[in-house]
Amino acid sequence: MDRLGNGQMAGISAGRLSQAQYETNFADLHPRLDRHEALVAADRCYFCYDAPCMTACPTSIDIPLFIRQISTGNPIGSAKTIFDQNILGGMCARVCPTETLCEQACVRNTAEDKPVEIGKLQRYATDIAMEQGRQFYSRKAPTGKTVAVVGAGPAGLAAAHRLAMHGHSVVILEAREKSGGLNEYGIATYKAVDDFASREVDYVTAIGGIVVQNGQALGRDFSLSDLTSRYDAVFLGMGLQGVNGLGIEGENLVGVEDAVDFIAALRQAKDKAAIPVGRRVVVLGGGMTAIDAAIQSKLLGAEEVTICYRRGRENMNASGYEQDLATANGVIIRHWLAPKAIIGKDGTVRGIEVEYTAVKDGRLVGTGETGIIAADQIFKAIGQNFSASGLGALQFEKGKILVDAEGRTSVEGVWAGGDCIGIGEDLTVSAVAQGRDAAESINRALAAGSQPATAVA
Amino acid sequence: MADIRNDFVGIKSPNPFWLASAPPTDKAYNVERAFKAGWGGVVWKTLGEEGPPVVNVNGPRYGAIWGADRRLLGLNNIELITDRDLYTNLTEMKQVKKNWPDRAIVASIMVPCTEEAWKAILPLVEETEVDGIELNFGCPHGMSERGMGSAVGQVPEYIEMVVRWCKQYTRMPVITKLTPNITDIRKPARAAKAGGTDAVSLINTINSIVSVDLDNFAPNPTVGGKGSHGGYCGPAVKPIALNMVAEIARDPETYGLPISGIGGITTWRDAAEFLALGAGNVQVCTAAMTYGFKIVQEMITGLSDWMDEKGHRTLGDVIGRATPNVTDWQYLNLNYIAKAHIDQDACIKCGRCHIACEDTSHQAITAMVDGVRRFEVMEEECVGCNLCVNVCPVENCITMEPLAAGALDRRTGKVVEPTYANWTTHPNNPMARQAAE
Repeated sequence: MDRLGNGQMAGISAGRLSQAQYETNFADLHPRLDRHEALVAADRCYFCYDAPCMTACPTSIDIPLFIRQISTGNPIGSAKTIFDQNILGGMCARVCPTETLCEQACVRNTAEDKPVEIGKLQRYATDIAMEQGRQFYSRKAPTGKTVAVVGAGPAGLAAAHRLAMHGHSVVILEAREKSGGLNEYGIATYKAVDDFASREVDYVTAIGGIVVQNGQALGRDFSLSDLTSRYDAVFLGMGLQGVNGLGIEGENLVGVEDAVDFIAALRQAKDKAAIPVGRRVVVLGGGMTAIDAAIQSKLLGAEEVTICYRRGRENMNASGYEQDLATANGVIIRHWLAPKAIIGKDGTVRGIEVEYTAVKDGRLVGTGETGIIAADQIFKAIGQNFSASGLGALQFEKGKILVDAEGRTSVEGVWAGGDCIGIGEDLTVSAVAQGRDAAESINRALAAGSQPATAVA
Repeated sequence: MADIRNDFVGIKSPNPFWLASAPPTDKAYNVERAFKAGWGGVVWKTLGEEGPPVVNVNGPRYGAIWGADRRLLGLNNIELITDRDLYTNLTEMKQVKKNWPDRAIVASIMVPCTEEAWKAILPLVEETEVDGIELNFGCPHGMSERGMGSAVGQVPEYIEMVVRWCKQYTRMPVITKLTPNITDIRKPARAAKAGGTDAVSLINTINSIVSVDLDNFAPNPTVGGKGSHGGYCGPAVKPIALNMVAEIARDPETYGLPISGIGGITTWRDAAEFLALGAGNVQVCTAAMTYGFKIVQEMITGLSDWMDEKGHRTLGDVIGRATPNVTDWQYLNLNYIAKAHIDQDACIKCGRCHIACEDTSHQAITAMVDGVRRFEVMEEECVGCNLCVNVCPVENCITMEPLAAGALDRRTGKVVEPTYANWTTHPNNPMARQAAE
């Protein structure tokens, strides 16, 4: 590998840092609060009436109650309050953009511009309960019904757990080798360290009655009609498999990669030093995926990391907090730049030509002014799409599965939730809420179906 | 600059802040440090009679209750009087007084309830040339089991008797320290006055069990698996102390009797409140035991700055100023009508005022107005109880606004009367005093 005068390795290279630097860079972003920190943080909660934080939470966790339970020395009771609404409360405590959800709604923002640290407190309680292996739920008497769940991500796991609670048997069919979905493959490494995603899957499935079959992909190994004929009900909880393309020259050059693949590879890598990264990296996009890829490129030792987003800061899907985290890590965020062409030499990336953009008459247009940013690696993070097959006659809307408020699809006996439907934000916590609520709907339907028919006078 | 020099029953000190008789004043080392830090005086930790000194437990002596972030709110102790030899204390007292002639030193004394015992110790103390004595009739633990401390303070006749002996056998000013562990603080105060005391000081600590160790089912602090009640002090006891000071200050029988105020004084503001209710100076202990002696600097500057701001030149301008405004409930003006008002700009919308009023009071605060989260007082329901003010986390967000005479009280539908009227003449009062027919 070429080593430049400044000691940096040119091109895309692994092992840019010392082992100690990798360990520091990929340590827990927010280590768990210790008991004293938790008590101090918990005391700031006002125990609001009809608390705005609770309303802002897609899973409606009783936040004032769980915080009060922490402050009175009852973290186990606190964890149960959380899990009652959100069985993946441990992961949500780590990955929720709390700055746009519960913590944004916190009245302490009005009082002093500093919300109660709800996310950190949630992690404090759930970590303690999970470390102690405390299971709060047992299964009701078996109903004899079996529900198929497609996808072992947040939506599928939440649905499976709630169905198991109601006494149904659950078979989860997961395409990938490991369960957890985006929690396992799609989260920045420093947000959930120590195999947390996989431990959480074990914690959730420990209730019993849930069988996970990995390596089972919809459209490849089975179809929806296979499931509807075999099971009493089906819940579809797939994620987004497709990655949007740029549709510009040079997209197939070596060094142009999907950000989601990079993030997944990094998550799975035992040794971060084995993950190659460019010396100059450009990330295209304005969402959380772009931020995660950019920050982690920097943490892997990239010298210069630039996010190019074609609109302004206020349009970015990534929260202000995430943007600040990126810039604090040395990432440069540039706005109003659209990719025009990727420039290569000998089949590998050398740079990217970008065009300045502007909004004209309400539409985004190129201004004609262009420039070149030197780069040897380019990550695409301009969105994903739903591209599953094997769904038969299932109805879609805007490329996602059409569901009603309870998660029922157009096919009887089939429910859906998570990123594959078009409702709600594309967040772990929203997927959990949808999975949980669909499970309740399924349970109601199965219970009604098994009622002995009675004549109504 | 305000003049905060203090003259308490002829004992002069550069400021009204004394350290109370307690662990911080047990020996010359501590007292010298206190004087260096700026304390105006000390009441030396209680001396016992000649002979083998008392012993203390060797396990924990203190327990506490805390607010958030472990801010100490209340302290409880089971330490006894000084466990050092009487003559060691006397020698040190004499030397410290010599070193610090401008500071007040008062000797706290607790000996058995016999004339001989008091007659024996008083000349020894007088010989040290300290400024006065304080009779410890207050400690509620340990010594009280031996017929001393609060065991004396709970029997007015004993108080009067011992005070009389002291006034007979010493020329030193006598301050009688009272226990709050009684039903009516005026009774021991009257007894002390009858015995000829120069002043009273109060409150001593309150009988308390500060908490229970739920793993071992024993009171805290636990000494080898058992606990005993202790004496409670610190910020939490201040309201009890303020009331007792006011009761003595406004009692016709003890009116004018100098009072040294004690009980939870932590800041200049606490001290000013005691002075305003009639205390001639104040004594501090728990605040020093929590933060060290330096806190007196905050107290001195705070009191002085406040007096400057308000135009009070001397402590005499402040002492007792609030006493005439302490009255009995029956004399409160029933025609005074106030309604809560919520400043919508200051409101952070926590909803605590609503739920407190809705669940536990008068259903007078909205939660929703026109479909929007909004907390407003419904004047037609508001009785002016002030609960919402007290539970609101934002200072001055909710205020009590008095209705002017002639205004309509929408709750009762009546016009606010301009006149003063109290319970003694109210028609609902079966004991109401009727005008002669």
